[in-house]
Amino acid sequence: MLDINKIRADFPILSQKVNGKPLVYFDNGATSQKPQVVIDAISKYYQEINANIHRGVHTLSQLATDAYEISRGKLQNHINAKFAHEVLFTSGTTHGINLVANGFASILKPGDEVLVSALEHHSNIVPWQMLCEKTGATLRVIPMNEDGELIMSEYDKLLSDKTKIVTVNHISNALGTVNPIKYMIDKAHEVGAAILIDGAQAVPHLKPDVQELDCDFYVFSGHKMCGPTGTGILYGKEVWLNKLPPYQGGGEMIKEVTFEKTTYAELPHKFEAGTPNIAGGIVLGTAVDYMNEVGFENIQQQEKELLEHATSRLLEIEGLKIFGTAKEKTSVVSFNIEGIHPYDIGTIIDKLGIAVRTGHHCTQPIMTFFCIPGTIRASFAFYNTKEEIDIMVEAIKKAQLMLS
Amino acid sequence: MKIKDIQEEIVDEFSMFDDWMERYEYIIELGKKLPMIKEEFKTENNLIKGCQSKVWLQGEKKDDTIVFTADSDAILTKGIIAILIRTFSNQSAKDILDADMDFIDKIGLKEHLSPTRANGLVSMIKNIKMYALAFNTQN
Repeated sequence: MLDINKIRADFPILSQKVNGKPLVYFDNGATSQKPQVVIDAISKYYQEINANIHRGVHTLSQLATDAYEISRGKLQNHINAKFAHEVLFTSGTTHGINLVANGFASILKPGDEVLVSALEHHSNIVPWQMLCEKTGATLRVIPMNEDGELIMSEYDKLLSDKTKIVTVNHISNALGTVNPIKYMIDKAHEVGAAILIDGAQAVPHLKPDVQELDCDFYVFSGHKMCGPTGTGILYGKEVWLNKLPPYQGGGEMIKEVTFEKTTYAELPHKFEAGTPNIAGGIVLGTAVDYMNEVGFENIQQQEKELLEHATSRLLEIEGLKIFGTAKEKTSVVSFNIEGIHPYDIGTIIDKLGIAVRTGHHCTQPIMTFFCIPGTIRASFAFYNTKEEIDIMVEAIKKAQLMLS
Repeated sequence: MKIKDIQEEIVDEFSMFDDWMERYEYIIELGKKLPMIKEEFKTENNLIKGCQSKVWLQGEKKDDTIVFTADSDAILTKGIIAILIRTFSNQSAKDILDADMDFIDKIGLKEHLSPTRANGLVSMIKNIKMYALAFNTQN
């Protein structure tokens, strides 16, 4: 069991007032808040060990390099990767996806197929569309049902020896659906296709085991799991990372450079050109330590209770419809109220101190599927409370009264 | 009435409200009275980009002035357009181009003026001025 008061005290921003009201932060799907240990670790880095990494022989550079590589090791343990060099630091999920999609340009041929799911965020659609345009490959879409669940029988039918890569999120950002990724990974491998899992919305709630999953790529962002913005991880199986060409050229990623030819560095440096977000990378390790200290079982227990409470309280509201009613879902409730635009509700409850996301959540195809302009999305983290949900429900009722 | 006088009138009206709720209730009321755009003008071309809600704006020349009509699927957005239309409709292109926008701040809608806010008030103003610019060059 979580001591919720103790947890909340770890996050200084939560005691803030917004528009004169206590902040109720339900936009965790967009980014999580940061605990004091993470905030402190950022200044500690700049105050004590700031230096460029993997370059200097001087002491500070060594300290910074060690801290960066220790953090890589923490992330490796966290996702149970076989090797540290399979764990690449990125600027976030989008960066990781683009790196892989770009690499596949040298692999795909006209007639090959890329499978994406109907539940994807734009950042897991557009890079693959660009890849298909470049290579002449075809993008095909795994459809979903009215509950916002991917239809596995359709997925099975779409897979063939033409399929070269499948890309799917672990958890949907707009609806909260948890996808059956283990099944999807095994099926993709049966036809010899690679598979990338977008774990951006999963890592705040669970600890993925990439070896057990056997996925070829797993990408996520640090900022959604209590870490700093501009951080992320791309896990790739060694065999794939060796096969893919470098994404960006520059310092750090080379073995030897002459004007005639450059040879590339070993993994992971081959994909880490330029000076990275050193502070961010180090502090991402701090964030992972913090989340593990809180404990993922505790996190899941708290979030499950929040989801149940929110779902039943919200359904009290007349005309309210929840989008995304998958059997397996995380602490996200996406909804609309009949006859009221989500933007209007979002604007009014903001005045009451409540931060939710409104709009299409970068998933326009999902909104098109449901024939809606967008939704109001409340996404909960382990530091949220049932009392906050009650405050939101009352605020929505007030907004509904004003707007109808 | 001159644009400046209309703006002052609107500022006066909004000064009667004590808090944001009353202001927003008034905006909602204004939204309900918005001069509606004809269905035929609700085209892709008249759709203003940069809004979370859909906003259509149409400007037509009438004698020496421009008449604006609009619609939106969000009521607060409709209210905000209604304020803009009341200010700028039936005015000359030149007066529209010369008008300043301080009154938005004065009626407590400053936060809506932020270019990062996805409600498109900035885009609406830009579109109104674009119409004025287009009609002004025609003359």
